[in-house]
Amino acid sequence: MSGPERASSSARGETWLVLGASSAMARALARALADEGAALILAGRDDDDLAALAADCRFRGAAAAEAMRWDARDPATIAPLVERLERAEGTANAAVFAGSMPPQAEIDADPALIAGVAADSFTGPAQVLSRVAPLIEARGAGTIVGVASVAGDRGRVGNYVYGAAKAAFATYLSGLRNRLTRSGGHVVTVKPGFVDTAMTWGLPGMFLVAPPEAVAASILKAVRRQRNVIYTPFFWRYIMMIIRAVPEPIFKKLSI
Amino acid sequence: MTWATREIAGWGRVLRAEAALARPERQRTARALAENAPVPALGRRRSYGDACLADRAMLTERLDRVLAFDPETGTLEAEGGVMLGDLAARLAPQGWLPPVMPGTGFATVGGAIAMDVHGKNHHHAGAFCAHVERLTLATPAGPVEVTPDDPLFALTAGGLGQTGPILKATIRLARVRGDVMMVTERRMADLDTFCDALDASDAPYTVGWIDATATGPALGRGILEEGEVAKGLVPPAKRGRTVPLDAPGFALSAPVVRTFNAAYLRRVPARGRTVVRPIADYFFPLDKIHDWNRLYGKHGFHQFQCVVPTDARGALRAMLERIGTAGLASPLAVLKRLGPGAGHPMSFPVDGYTLAVDLPARDGADRLLAALNAATAEAGGRVYLAKDSSLTAEQAHAMYPGRATWAEAVNARDPERAYETALVRRLRLREPA
Repeated sequence: MSGPERASSSARGETWLVLGASSAMARALARALADEGAALILAGRDDDDLAALAADCRFRGAAAAEAMRWDARDPATIAPLVERLERAEGTANAAVFAGSMPPQAEIDADPALIAGVAADSFTGPAQVLSRVAPLIEARGAGTIVGVASVAGDRGRVGNYVYGAAKAAFATYLSGLRNRLTRSGGHVVTVKPGFVDTAMTWGLPGMFLVAPPEAVAASILKAVRRQRNVIYTPFFWRYIMMIIRAVPEPIFKKLSI
Repeated sequence: MTWATREIAGWGRVLRAEAALARPERQRTARALAENAPVPALGRRRSYGDACLADRAMLTERLDRVLAFDPETGTLEAEGGVMLGDLAARLAPQGWLPPVMPGTGFATVGGAIAMDVHGKNHHHAGAFCAHVERLTLATPAGPVEVTPDDPLFALTAGGLGQTGPILKATIRLARVRGDVMMVTERRMADLDTFCDALDASDAPYTVGWIDATATGPALGRGILEEGEVAKGLVPPAKRGRTVPLDAPGFALSAPVVRTFNAAYLRRVPARGRTVVRPIADYFFPLDKIHDWNRLYGKHGFHQFQCVVPTDARGALRAMLERIGTAGLASPLAVLKRLGPGAGHPMSFPVDGYTLAVDLPARDGADRLLAALNAATAEAGGRVYLAKDSSLTAEQAHAMYPGRATWAEAVNARDPERAYETALVRRLRLREPA
C-alpha cells in the first residue's frame, strides 16, 4: 500500500500534459504527480479510462485533473491539447508514454503497419511536443519527459520497426533538449527496460521486470535533478552498453 | 498477453495452486474478459485458505482507482481492486474512514464485499455490505449494476465471488473526528470476565487479544482493547518492514509463544491504560510487517475463526482448552463480539462471540482443526469461509443453512460454474440441495 506520507507540494504550480495516459507507466507517473499536487491533462484514446484516472488523481490531491482526447494518428486532436496547456497557470510540462508494438511478424506480413508504429511512437507525439516547445520557451521554464526504449538502442530482429521508431523519437528528444536548454526548459529521455505492464504480462523471456511505480519514481527524480537520459531500472544502462558494444559482424548473427 | 501462469497461495500458505491469471488494467479490458472468458476475480489474496485460489482467475490489483468521492456526503465510488488501507490513509485526514475495516488494509473493496468482511465495530456498524450503496458486476452479458434491494445483492454479499467479478462499488464512509486512535487497554483475567466485558462495552471499536496458551483458571485471559477515533498528533505509523525469508520452525514453537504471550499480557499494567496510536497501527497491526505470514515457516499456518451464539460460552471454553493443551497456539488469537447478521445467505457474521486463532501447520494441526470445526457445529456456530482450510462439505452446508437456495440462484446465473474457486469446489458450496 502506498499512503500519502510522502505527499508534498513540490509539484504544485506545475501543469503536466500526459500523452498516452492510459498506459501503466503513465498512470503511475500521473498518480505520483497528483500526490505532489500537480495539475494534470490526461490525453489518450480510451475516454472512460482517462476519466477514471482523472478522478483518481483528483482524489489523491491533484490541483486539477481532466481527460482529453488525443490520437497520435489524428493531427486534428493536437490543437485543443496545446490550447488547454497554454491556458493553465504555472509551468507547462509534458510527458509522452505513447507507442505501439505490433509483433514483428505481423509487420513483416503487412509492411503498411510501419506507418502506424511510426505515428504512435514518434511522429504523433513529436508533433505535439513541437507545439508545446514554444510555450516552454516563452515562459522560460518547463520539462518534457519522453519515454523512448532500450529497443531503440540497437535494431534487433524481434522488434526493429518499433525500435527504429523509438530511436527516431530519442534522436528527436535529443535535439529538442538542445533547443530548449537555451531558454530554461529541459528534456528528460527515459529508456525503460522490462516493465510490469499489460504489454509484458505473460510474455515469455521476461526478467528483472520493474513495477511501473518504481519507473515513475525514477522519472520524477530525473525531472527534479534535470537528468538528460536515464535508463530505468538503472542497470539497463550497463546491459545496453554491452549490447551496443557488440561488433556488427557478430551482432547480426545473434538472436537476442 | 492475456494470461500468465503463476503459483498462488492463500495467506496461510498451506493451500496453493498453479493458476492462469489475467490482469486487466482498465474497466474496458475487464469487461471484455468477463464477456469472453468468465473467471473468478482475485484481489490481494488475503484469505487464509483456498477462497482465493482457482485454476483461472482475473486479478483486480490494477483496477485500483477511486472514481468519485464527495467530501460533503462521504460517498465514495471505487474500482474493485482498491485497498481499504489505502482508502483509510487518504481519507482519515479528511475526516472519513471506510465504514468497516478487517484486520488487514490489503483487503480490497471487491474482496470486502465477496467476504462481507467485519471489523472491530461490527456490534455497531454491521458488516461491510451494509454500507454498500451500489456495485457493478462483470457478467458475460455485460456489466450489471446491483443495488441492495435487488435479490442479486444478497447473493453477492459474502457470496465468495460466485456472482462474478466486482468491477466497482459505491460505499458510504464513516464520519470521524480525527485521524488517530484513542485506545483503552485492560487486562482480562479469564474467559467469563472477557465475555462480560465484551458484552458491556459500548466503545465504537472493540477487540480482544486472547492468550491462547493459557490453561486452568487463567483460561481465556487476555487484553480488551476499546478504541475510538480522536484528534491528536502521533508519529506516523512506521511501514514497510519485510520478512525476508521463511522463519525456522522454532521461531513460533510452543515455549517461545508461551513466553511471548505472558510478556505481552504484562505489557498492559494491571489497572489498564489509555494510549494514542496511529490509525493504521490500530486497525492493521500486522500490515507494517510485509509478508508476516513467512514467520510461520515454509509449512505455513491455518487460521481458525468461528462465531458461536452468546449462550455458548461453554463451547468457547472447551475450544480454548483444546487449543491451550495442543501446544500449537500462535501469539495471534482474537476474541470479539459480533452483532446481528445481515441475513445474506453466505455472509459470516451473526450474533455471538467470534474466536480467531492462528495454528502453525505442524503435526496435530489437522486433528485440532477437525475438533474445533466439530465443536463449532455442535454449538450451533459457523466457521468463516475466508479463513477456512479444513471444514468438510457437510459441516459447511449445515453452518450456512441458506446455502442450497443461494447455490440454486447462483447456478442459474452461471450454469457452467465458471466462477467456482477452490474453496467452493472443496466444500461443494454450489451443489444443489
